[in-house]
Amino acid sequence: MQTDAQQLAAAVAADEARRSGRWQLRFRIVWGSIVALLILFIGVSLNVEIGFISTAAPFILQGIGLTLLVSSVSIVLATILAAIGALGRLSRSALLNAIASFYVSFFRGTPLILQLLFWYLALPQVGIVLDPVLCAIFALGMNYGAYMTEIFRAGIQAVPLGQREAAAALGMSSRTAFIRIIAPQAFRIIVPAIGNDFVAMLKDSALASTVSLHEILWRAQNIGAQKFKTLQTFMIAAVVYWVLTIVFTAVQNRIERRLSAGDRNREVKG
Amino acid sequence: MSSAIDPRSAATPHDVHPAEKPGALVKPGAEPVLKATRIAKWFGDNHVLRGASITVWPGETVCILGRSGSGKSTFLRSLNFLEEPTDGRVEIDGVVVEADPFHTAGVARQAQIREARLRAGMVFQEFNLFPHLSVIGNCIEAPVHVKGMARKEAEAIAEKYLEKVGLIDKRDEYPSRLSGGQRQRVAIARALTMQPKVLLFDEPTSALDPTLVGEVLKVMADLAHEGRTMIVVTHEMDFAHEAADRVYYMDQGEFAEVGPPEQVIDAPKDPRTKEFLSRFRTLGSKK
Repeated sequence: MQTDAQQLAAAVAADEARRSGRWQLRFRIVWGSIVALLILFIGVSLNVEIGFISTAAPFILQGIGLTLLVSSVSIVLATILAAIGALGRLSRSALLNAIASFYVSFFRGTPLILQLLFWYLALPQVGIVLDPVLCAIFALGMNYGAYMTEIFRAGIQAVPLGQREAAAALGMSSRTAFIRIIAPQAFRIIVPAIGNDFVAMLKDSALASTVSLHEILWRAQNIGAQKFKTLQTFMIAAVVYWVLTIVFTAVQNRIERRLSAGDRNREVKG
Repeated sequence: MSSAIDPRSAATPHDVHPAEKPGALVKPGAEPVLKATRIAKWFGDNHVLRGASITVWPGETVCILGRSGSGKSTFLRSLNFLEEPTDGRVEIDGVVVEADPFHTAGVARQAQIREARLRAGMVFQEFNLFPHLSVIGNCIEAPVHVKGMARKEAEAIAEKYLEKVGLIDKRDEYPSRLSGGQRQRVAIARALTMQPKVLLFDEPTSALDPTLVGEVLKVMADLAHEGRTMIVVTHEMDFAHEAADRVYYMDQGEFAEVGPPEQVIDAPKDPRTKEFLSRFRTLGSKK
C-alpha cells in the first residue's frame, strides 16, 4: 500500500527521468544535424571523388602508426622530465631549483614549433643531424615536460600537509615519506593530467610535419598537393585526428573512472 | 652534539616545577620519560611560546588546557619537532634534541629527531590517516618501513591494538569508509603499533561530530588507566578531570598553573585559569 507521499515521490522521479530523457534526445538531434550538414556541404561543394579518396585515404592512414609512436614516446619522455623537474622545483637546494625553474621557464616561454625547427634545422649547423622522429620526440617531450613539471609539482603539493606531518611523526625520513606516503597520493591526482596531455600531444604531433616526419598531416599535405586536392585530404586527416582523439579520450575517461572507483582519497565527512 | 653551538640552551638545566609530582601509577624511583626545558618559539615577531617546561614520568597522563591561540598545540608539536622551537631542549627517553634556530647542527640532529619521534607517538586533530592504505596498512607502514620490522610481526602488534580500540573488524577497510571516531581510534592504534614511550594527543576530539567524541575519549581513558604515558592537549574538561594525573593551564605561551585536576580545574588559583574556566562553564559544562 502506497502513501500519498510515496506516490508524489514516484511521480517526481518519473518526471525528472522524462525531462532528462528529452534533454538527451535534443542534444543528440543537434549533434546529428551538425554532422549531417557538414557531410552535405562536403558532398555538394567538394566534388567528392571516391576513386581519389580510396587511394589517398590508405596513404594518410599509414601515418597513424608514426603519430601514435611519436606521441607515446614523447609523453613517456615528458613524464620522466616532469617528475625530475617537479622534484627540482620542490627541492630545498637552490641549484636544483634554479635548474628546474630555468627549464620550465625556457621551454614554456618559446614556441613549440621554434623548438621543433631548432632540433631539425638549427642543430645541423653545429654538425648534429637528427632523424625527424628524434627531433619530434625531443621537441614534444621537452616542451610537454616543462608544462607537466608544473602539473606534477601542483599534484605533489596538493597532498595535505597533515600527511607529511603524520609520516614525520612516525619517524619517517623525508625520503621515505615521499616514496611511501606522498608520491602514491600525488599519482592519483597527476594521472588524469597525463591522459589529457597525451590527447593534446596527438594533435600537436602534427607540427612535426614541418620537419618532414611522415605522420598523418604530412601525408595529407603531400598527396593532396600532388593532385591539387588538399581540401579532400585535409578533411580526411581532420577526421582521423578527431577519431583518434575521441578514442583516446574515452580510454582516458575509463582510466580516470577506474582510479576514482579505487580512490580512497575522498573524505567522507563525519 | 649541538652544545657548542647554542650556549644558552646548553647551560639551562631542567627544573622540575614544585607542582610536578609523579602520578599515582608511576613506579617509585622512576626517571622522567619526557623533559622539555624552557621551550620558546617565535613566529616572526610573534612570541608564541615564552619558555614553557614540562616533566612527565612513565605511566602518567597529563593534560594541557588553554584557550585557542595560547600556544598549547605549538608546545605539543615542539616536543617532537614538527614545530622547530626557537630555544629550549627536549629529552625523550634519553634522546636529547636541542633547539637549532640557526640551522647549524646538520644531519646528525635530523637523525636524533627521528630517534625522538620513534619514542613519541602522535595523534592529530585531523587524524591524518594515510588514505591510500588500509587500516592495517596504516598501522604497519612505519614499523615495517622505519623500524625494519617483519611484516608478520608488525601485523600481530597492530592487530593487538586494533582489538584494543575495538576496530579489529575494520582491519582491511580503507579510512574513507570509517566514521571520524573510528578514524581517530585507528590513528591511536597506528601510534601504539610503533610502541612509543609517550603518546602526544593534539586536540584529538576537536574535529569530531559531538556524538563520536565519547568513543575516542573512552579509548584514551582506558589507555590512561592502564598506565600509558600520555600528554593530551584538549578542551575536554571532564576527560582531564577524570584521567589526568596533572593539568597544565597555558596562557600566552607559558604555563600559568600546574597541578592535579582537583586543584587546577575545581579550585584554580591563577586569575587567568579562573577566567578561562568560568567561560567554559557558561558554555554549558556540567561541572
